[in-house]
Amino acid sequence: MKHLLSAADLDREAATLVLDTAAQMDAALAGREVKKLPTLRGRTVVNLFYEDSTRTRISFELAAKRLSADVITFSAKGSSVSKGESLKDTALTLEAMGADAVVVRHSMSGAPHRLAQWVRGSVVNAGDGTHEHPTQALLDAFTMRARLGRLEGLRVTIVGDVLHSRVARSNVLLLSTLGAEVTVVAPPTLLPVGVDAWPVEVSFDLDQSLPKADVVMMLRVQRERMSASYFPSPREYSRRYGLDATRMAMLAEHAIVMHPGPMNRGMEIAAEVADSVRSTIVEQVSNGLSVRMAVLYLLLGGAEVAA
Amino acid sequence: MTPGWLLRGVRLYGEAPVDLLIKDGVIAEVGSGLRAHGADVFDVGGLVALPGLVDLHTHLREPGREDAETVTSGSRAAALGGFTAVHAMANTDPVADTAGVVEQVWRLGRETGLVDVAPVGAVTVGLGGSQLAELGAMADSAARVRMFSDDGHCVSDPALMRRALEYVKAFGGVIAQHAEEHRLTEGAQMNEGVHSARLGLTGWPAAAEEAIIARDVLLAEHVGSRLHVCHVSTAGSVELLRWAKGRGVDVTAEVTPHHLLLTDELAATYDPVYKVNPPLRTACDVEALRAGLADGTIDAVATDHAPHAVEDKECEWGAARPGMLGLQQALSIVQLTMVDTGRLDWRGVADRMSARPARIGGTVRDGHGGDLVAGAPANLLLLDPAVTSVVDPAELASRSRNTPYAGRELPGRVVATFLRGVPTVLDGKAQA
Ligand SMILES: [Zn+2]
Repeated sequence: MKHLLSAADLDREAATLVLDTAAQMDAALAGREVKKLPTLRGRTVVNLFYEDSTRTRISFELAAKRLSADVITFSAKGSSVSKGESLKDTALTLEAMGADAVVVRHSMSGAPHRLAQWVRGSVVNAGDGTHEHPTQALLDAFTMRARLGRLEGLRVTIVGDVLHSRVARSNVLLLSTLGAEVTVVAPPTLLPVGVDAWPVEVSFDLDQSLPKADVVMMLRVQRERMSASYFPSPREYSRRYGLDATRMAMLAEHAIVMHPGPMNRGMEIAAEVADSVRSTIVEQVSNGLSVRMAVLYLLLGGAEVAA
Repeated sequence: MTPGWLLRGVRLYGEAPVDLLIKDGVIAEVGSGLRAHGADVFDVGGLVALPGLVDLHTHLREPGREDAETVTSGSRAAALGGFTAVHAMANTDPVADTAGVVEQVWRLGRETGLVDVAPVGAVTVGLGGSQLAELGAMADSAARVRMFSDDGHCVSDPALMRRALEYVKAFGGVIAQHAEEHRLTEGAQMNEGVHSARLGLTGWPAAAEEAIIARDVLLAEHVGSRLHVCHVSTAGSVELLRWAKGRGVDVTAEVTPHHLLLTDELAATYDPVYKVNPPLRTACDVEALRAGLADGTIDAVATDHAPHAVEDKECEWGAARPGMLGLQQALSIVQLTMVDTGRLDWRGVADRMSARPARIGGTVRDGHGGDLVAGAPANLLLLDPAVTSVVDPAELASRSRNTPYAGRELPGRVVATFLRGVPTVLDGKAQA
């Protein structure tokens, strides 16, 4: 694998390898005083962030640093990026700096695909527009596997703004590759035309799909969608599609609640759900670090994890 | 005067070989065993002769974006594609919304002399959609504008569209509508469907085109005006046009070569060379467009030739400008999709690419769109339908390189083009 642009780039074997490698990363670091592995020493990882996303940027930075790579971060603020330099010119600059991997976050769908045509190094999609966010899907799968012991046959319900969600697209692709059964639940306005071609079940009714779910993944819903008539009001949205304590009580005992963050407490998820024992939200953040280490390691072909 | 040309063994409309004598700008004689009368003899051995093609929809970009195309470079691309007349769209900078600008474009075309450039006038001032441009002044100018369009923008105000349709009747004009209900296409990047859902690109629903066509044919019927629909792209649009024509509405329509061939799955590359407005649609739409062109529901093939500077295409899909080159490959695409598939014969091609567009846009008055018969102006092209070639963007005459056909093997080669008896292309090379 040269790039990670889409969760569809991973077949079952490759996806499983990423998850297993992430687990090895965890094990290798456990008990170390200095949380660092020497595997990517001398390699350069560039974080190219055209969109503000502190948590994803820090996660990738830390992942690269823990593998001993040199890390350069270009953010939209304070670099040529904001002065209107084209993506292609930026790519050529990175090329000249000898970037071995470029981690890119961009507000436009497909920007990482374009970048991959212009640089020799590996490109990792850290979220592109309303398209995909493959490392988020990997960390979600990692979290599910860690909590529930398997992915095959797992029933995962993804709830919310599927139309605009890169997290949903990557999760649908990766989870179906890994044998999970995915249901997407949303008001019809927040499902894309063409969703019927996805390998998922589609439902407009959250209450109906909750009792059979092993995993409920709540997507962030921006209140501003209201002004474009996607739903009448935040209150109506959360009444019909929000996960509150009453709804959480409908879940099977073992079921977990996930959220990619940042959360809109009181909108798609109630505070008592976010803070409950079912919630994996904090684990997702730490698992993100391991998964991103695994991705960088596998793309850049570093030395043995155990070394 | 040149001594003229005697084309020996030419197959008019692909039919039996005859000789054709061009003299003094007209087809002097058609028959077998013609004598040269001092004309240069051109033994064309089986090439197909068609009337010079007429493009209803060309973006020449001058004035304003001469880095992307000029009247001269665009004329060259047109001649190489077998065209003898092109309609230059109004979305230049400044906009072609006054007599002064349309005359400037018309003059630049005359000076180049490779094709007749018929400027299209804007319907509204600055393409702003709120105030009628001085349509009469453009009609009365030296450019004698008869086709008006805000192309790139839809005339969306229904009252203003109605008035425009009515107003141009006074001088035999036609409104060419870019049909797009813009409230349904805000932020749209590609056809809305299975592929947009997967690619996370905002969808451009077919209904946004069809809703405007439905509205406009009803308006045209109500006020008894002539309407032309630009670049129809959906199966539903074809159905609406068929219905309207069945009712006797005076409506005509065009389809682009790219909508006859390419589909929306190409967006999966995120290469904006495939970004165009209206967007590439589905295989079902392509099939309906071919059927509509074959049965005459769609009157014309028009290129929507839209050159763009490199920086406007070598970028993110969402940041790229929509549009693709079309003039040089149009006839090849029509051969591939319509002739080689048995849906149109060469007479049919002549009808859809020359006769009907010349009638719609008014260039009949300049001798375009006529039959290849003795006495007619010698506007014609010679095509070798048997050769194929691979499209190399670097070899195109346009100043821009945004062809969606790069690397594709396409049939047919325009060997020569004559404009009023003067070769503008000979042996596949432009003469100016
Ligand atoms: Zn248009």
